Amino acid sequence: MAGVAVSTTINGDSIEYLCQPDETLLDVLRDRLGLTGAKEGCGTGDCGACSIILDDRLVCSCLVLGAEAEGRRVETIEGMAHGDTLHPLQQKFLEHAALQCGICTPGFLIAAKDLLAKNPDPTEEEIRFGLAGNLCRCTGYDKIVRAVQDAANVMKGA
Amino acid sequence: MNFDPRYSGRNFTSVGTRPIRPDGVDKVTGRARYGADFNMAGQLVGRVLRSPHAHATIRKIDTSKAEKLPGVKAVITAADLPDLTDGDAAMYDILDNCMARKKALYDGHAVAAVAAVDARTARQALKLIEVDYEVLPHVTDVDEAMKHSAPVLNDTIFTEGVEEKPARPSNVTTRTQYGHGDIHKGFGQADYVVERSFKTEQTHQGYIEPHACVANVSSDGTADLWVCTQGHFVYRQHCAQLLGMEASKLRVTSSEIGGGFGGKTHVWAEPVALALSRKAGRPVKLVMTRDEVFRASGPTSATSIDVRIGASKDGTITAAEATLRYSCGPYAGMWAEIGAMTAFACYRLENVKTVGYEVLVNRPKTAAYRAPSAPMAAFAVESTVDELAKEIGIDPVEFRIRNAAQEGTRSSYGPVYGPIGIGPTLEAAKNHPHMKAPLGKNQGRGMACGFWFNFGGQTCTDLNIGMDGSVSLAVGTVDVGGSRASLSLVAAEELGIAYEQVKAVVADTSSLGYNDMTDGSRGTFSSSMATISAARNAIKILRERAAQTWDIPVEDVVWEKGHAIAKGEKYGNLAALSLREIAAASGKTGGPIAGHSELVADGAGVSFATHICDIEVDPETGATRVLRYTVVQDAGKAVHPTYVEGQYQGGAAQGIGWALNEEYIYGKDGRLQNPGFLDYRIPVCSDLPMIDTQILEIPNPNHPYGVRGVGETSIVPPLAAIANAVSNAAGVRMTHIPMSPPRILAAIEAERGG
Repeated sequence: MAGVAVSTTINGDSIEYLCQPDETLLDVLRDRLGLTGAKEGCGTGDCGACSIILDDRLVCSCLVLGAEAEGRRVETIEGMAHGDTLHPLQQKFLEHAALQCGICTPGFLIAAKDLLAKNPDPTEEEIRFGLAGNLCRCTGYDKIVRAVQDAANVMKGA
Repeated sequence: MNFDPRYSGRNFTSVGTRPIRPDGVDKVTGRARYGADFNMAGQLVGRVLRSPHAHATIRKIDTSKAEKLPGVKAVITAADLPDLTDGDAAMYDILDNCMARKKALYDGHAVAAVAAVDARTARQALKLIEVDYEVLPHVTDVDEAMKHSAPVLNDTIFTEGVEEKPARPSNVTTRTQYGHGDIHKGFGQADYVVERSFKTEQTHQGYIEPHACVANVSSDGTADLWVCTQGHFVYRQHCAQLLGMEASKLRVTSSEIGGGFGGKTHVWAEPVALALSRKAGRPVKLVMTRDEVFRASGPTSATSIDVRIGASKDGTITAAEATLRYSCGPYAGMWAEIGAMTAFACYRLENVKTVGYEVLVNRPKTAAYRAPSAPMAAFAVESTVDELAKEIGIDPVEFRIRNAAQEGTRSSYGPVYGPIGIGPTLEAAKNHPHMKAPLGKNQGRGMACGFWFNFGGQTCTDLNIGMDGSVSLAVGTVDVGGSRASLSLVAAEELGIAYEQVKAVVADTSSLGYNDMTDGSRGTFSSSMATISAARNAIKILRERAAQTWDIPVEDVVWEKGHAIAKGEKYGNLAALSLREIAAASGKTGGPIAGHSELVADGAGVSFATHICDIEVDPETGATRVLRYTVVQDAGKAVHPTYVEGQYQGGAAQGIGWALNEEYIYGKDGRLQNPGFLDYRIPVCSDLPMIDTQILEIPNPNHPYGVRGVGETSIVPPLAAIANAVSNAAGVRMTHIPMSPPRILAAIEAERGG
């Protein structure tokens, strides 16, 4: 089967790749581009571990085809820190121990970044509903919510 | 090495602080490598063909068409995994579960596997494998499976643990019994007796990372396995035995693990991946889909439990009895036995008897799930305890305090307790502001206690001091939730150096001696004990090197705050030597400095918790909302309190999901109807409130710092605490977990209708 040629922007870099028409963007990121930060927890859009931002919209990359990234902007966890400076959300996740096993963490960070971009001063309830598309089995979410609250405060002050 | 593991009180410097974990940055930047994040040059994609039938004889498997498909490099069936278990029944069961031999025993049971150049080819190949099944009658319900009329899964099983061998085989593999005293006498002394029956449905650990591994078998008989596991040494042993390899020739590296909760203590796909790689002569990557994770890995037991408890007017329990039936999937386990051991462990009882029945069903093989078997038993017992308190007219917390086990109590499962935390957690719960907070309409409060044994086990640790004075700590217990941070704290504490000076890693199976799995809440308990022992061995060498440098007897050198100090006035002019200074000179004083430790970490202190929760029930729909939740648990000593809180919160959240929503739903055809996160719904962020925690520290006398395991106990009380809260809110006793809206509504309507 012939591949589809795709030109796209990932974390600010121009990227070109060939993929199969039925190949998900998640598989392209992980298997073709070596960007394994997005995880496959379910493959059906239920767990959010593969969350990325596609043209300012939070999506599950397991539900997007690789071919659909043509001409668009993709943001993944690998692009979240600036050089060796962590994003405030990353720093606050560490300080609050908002991760135990860490498999859901990239997805949560991307979802939280998207949430704060749209709502810089969310209430606890808004955070809880804003992150309801991401599953975490370790933490009970308590420390994740606190980390996002703390990061929001830091980012407001910045 | 004369290591003394006994507790000695001390003032801590590092232990009890909350630094950032050493593996943290990799995990927030996406760089940490989990099971599916590893690749090898030339690797193939492995996929597994699974039975669609709950129970079927496999007459014939024809793989010829699949083998001819271009790009297919290996196809295997049970014939490629010959039985090398040599009469070891438990290993045979593992082998049969990895690849069905004569019969498929559940929907999802592996029957064949392929390795191909890509996923698409592998999927096509699976469709070309022809399996001739003779479908057999099946049974998936634990009570149904015990009936004489039930289809028998394994006709070589005759119930063990009964006085006479039964005349015919059955699905009841084992009867176990625990207790002491005379329950007939005890019930005779009772003024009040409450008897209730309960059911709990099967749940899955629900780790977000599916099972994943990369196997690479070389033609020289050596092999490497990269895998997400809670116990790479155990995986090595099991895989080597099943494949007929020498253990030392199989190197297993544990990846970062994306959750396990007991579910990654068992091999499933790994022997299959190794067999595929052996046949294909190339590396094979095998990653389960979520559907496979639900259908073929994990789950906990479904249960059916009867409880009877009697008490006198003054609120003293005079007798307690429980009959516990646990499903174990198609292979015998010891799940009912653990339930029977834990059921009444919180209480001081003169007369107690528990009987467990282990029951085969056509469901996936039961695997450990966080304090396995204890939550269901606690649900049944703690619900009955609440009912009994109500009958007597005593406050349920007060009733529990009056009957709580204490130091010197003979536990219901046999041993006599040392210092324990059940009384203190109950007192703390009683005095907690949560207990006094007002409740609104349709809201109820519940509380319950929980117990878990905790485990120690075989542990091996290396502590190597670099020439720059930094410390590498190599441990063999997989880090499932922050243990590299806590073990670094312990090494820093013992050596008297900064946390940042220590770097902990999980070593592979060829780099360190054998370690049991990270299970039984043993990770930090046992590896911290081994780390303390290794550090003390290193300190001995550090003192020797200082003594050599100073040319004084080693007995005159003590180790304090990271320095060797010459003891006594006669050495007044000798400046203390720091660890860094001694390390820098090590090349000239006898070479590298290291401390090793190999031990069996006996004396894991038992663990108790008390939980309080408030639930609102909508009487029109049966829907529930968790309003407030508080966990009180004894940690012995919290090494890294933030991660201890995390264990408390995570266990509570899993328990909330189990109590209110999660269950395996089987159709009449014996097929699992909800093998995905959409229909098997675990709690999401918007389902939960903040989960308050209170850490009590009642030192474990068998650990130098007083540490107890903390990981599992937090999932034991929630089913019962929430059931008590829902029952109080709805005005009707809930006896079936999960308390999903339809079940609550049916209970309310039955109560209304009378």
